[in-house]
Amino acid sequence: MTGSGSKTLSPQRKRRRRSGWRGLVYIAPAMALVILFFVMPVIFTGWMSLHNWPLMGGTRWIGFKNYVRMFHDARFMSALQFTAYYTVIVTIAIFAVAFPLAIFVEKQRRFVSAYRTIIFLPVVVGLATASLLWVWLANVDSGFIGPALKALGWVDKSPNLLATFDSAFLTIIVMVVWKIAGFTMIILLTGLQAIPSELTEAARIDGAGRWQRFRHLTLPLMRKTIALALIISVTGSILAFDQFYIMTSGGPQNRMISVVYYIFNQSFVSFNLGYGAALSIALLAILVAISIVQLWLLRVGEERP
Amino acid sequence: MNPSTRNLSKQRRAAKALRSNSAYHATGIAICLFFLAPFVITFLASFRHGTEARLPPLPPWPSSGISIDSYLSLDTFGAGIWQHTINSLLVSLATVVLTVAVSLLAGYGFSRYRFPLKNVLFVLIIATLMIPFQSILTPLFIILAKLGLNNSLLGLTLVYVTLQLPFSVFMMRNAFDAVPKEIEEAARIDGARDLRLLVRVLLPLVLPGVATVAIFAFLNAWNEFLAALILLSSNDKYTLPVLMMAVRAGRLGAVNWGAVQAGVAVMTVPCLIVFLLLQRYYMRGLMAGAVK
Repeated sequence: MTGSGSKTLSPQRKRRRRSGWRGLVYIAPAMALVILFFVMPVIFTGWMSLHNWPLMGGTRWIGFKNYVRMFHDARFMSALQFTAYYTVIVTIAIFAVAFPLAIFVEKQRRFVSAYRTIIFLPVVVGLATASLLWVWLANVDSGFIGPALKALGWVDKSPNLLATFDSAFLTIIVMVVWKIAGFTMIILLTGLQAIPSELTEAARIDGAGRWQRFRHLTLPLMRKTIALALIISVTGSILAFDQFYIMTSGGPQNRMISVVYYIFNQSFVSFNLGYGAALSIALLAILVAISIVQLWLLRVGEERP
Repeated sequence: MNPSTRNLSKQRRAAKALRSNSAYHATGIAICLFFLAPFVITFLASFRHGTEARLPPLPPWPSSGISIDSYLSLDTFGAGIWQHTINSLLVSLATVVLTVAVSLLAGYGFSRYRFPLKNVLFVLIIATLMIPFQSILTPLFIILAKLGLNNSLLGLTLVYVTLQLPFSVFMMRNAFDAVPKEIEEAARIDGARDLRLLVRVLLPLVLPGVATVAIFAFLNAWNEFLAALILLSSNDKYTLPVLMMAVRAGRLGAVNWGAVQAGVAVMTVPCLIVFLLLQRYYMRGLMAGAVK
């Protein structure tokens, strides 16, 4: 350990090699956690998916039968369909709210930072908490929305928002927009602020109207940011669970079972652990595919600055 | 243009600016109302009398005196609200401490040392972001059971720490990359080495990064629901979100909405306080994540 003086080359090389091992020591705890609680479970999921794996009793190798069953499982297909439907609608709703908000808070005016903070507040509470809050707000007798509509005289009778598919779906969309819009707004805001003001100024002088500037200047320059916000929203929505579990318990006529909810039911309610694992692998494949598309999208953005 | 018309046009412009300004802020206030109202209504309603808890919050404020009835009825669920709040706090704070410790070491290792497979290992940690943890809950359950950590707050904490690692290690590596190497050399010459060097000399320099990592770890652990629902099985171990499922389910078909309001308040307030106090560091983390 005295070797700070460099008499020859070999002690130095030796020190470097030793410091190499020391680097591994520093990252060892992180690696141990990732391997134990992430890499192994992923491999284990794949292994389980090839078995009939009940909670109690022996497991049995059945090859790809779980996957065959998956493709013939009408309830899984409808869960996929519902999740896709939800993802599309909620993503459109979030962007429809978050984009105007981002433009609104981009200006340098008084109180703008207060507006940003307040719009962002719901982002930091949990989705489970938000679902719980809104299930109360949407309650027919003791809630806020229905009774308030009635008090205003807009409806004769307080509507039971969570009783029919369409109104329950709408309530959940509003809740998620309230919860997430601030997040998307901040992401889009970073993109807006990265646009050089000389460009917008030049376009204004050239006589481009507000819409033209937005369409032909802002949108193309924000391609990368929009792609990022889009990916975050899509992946988050595909994994939706809390809101359906807490707010509608799967919804009127079990029509609000998302993919994660279905996996949860198969694995932890019916205890078909092997089948649940096969469904998990399908979910994992979908998400990895989206991540690859994400990398590709972001790279495309780089080529055309 | 004579002076009087110029003056007039100036006045008109000022009036127009004033009008557009007030339209702007009226919109701003309306937007803020929408985003604040659910919180405000719940907080106010949670302090109504037990007899009012079943009624709609019109008006939301306690009209027959402030009372903590809702909080008292929340206390009758599970093992009592204190126990579950302590569970949630234990898990969240332990997640913060462990995440900071592990990612500090790993960030330092990745930033300052060269070792075999360095890039592969770094990519491996970051790549776990691509895989949803929702798809590996069953094996996690089984592995934790094998380790004797099923239905334990420590097991849940270790899972949360692992979920925080990709973001945290990335943040801490960047934080160390930004520290000039000369500082370290100087400290080395003064005789500080290894952990002492890291804790005494470098830690103060990467504190902003540590704050960011800590906030995200706290909020995510405090708010997480699905993993806690699956990995905790006995009543007295439940964290707050899992406890609230019992409240939401109600008793004998009747939901005690006062307890729901109180529970939402208990779960929300720490998040809002942590965020408002440390907003700067939270936003930094968000930006770092967004640019990644």
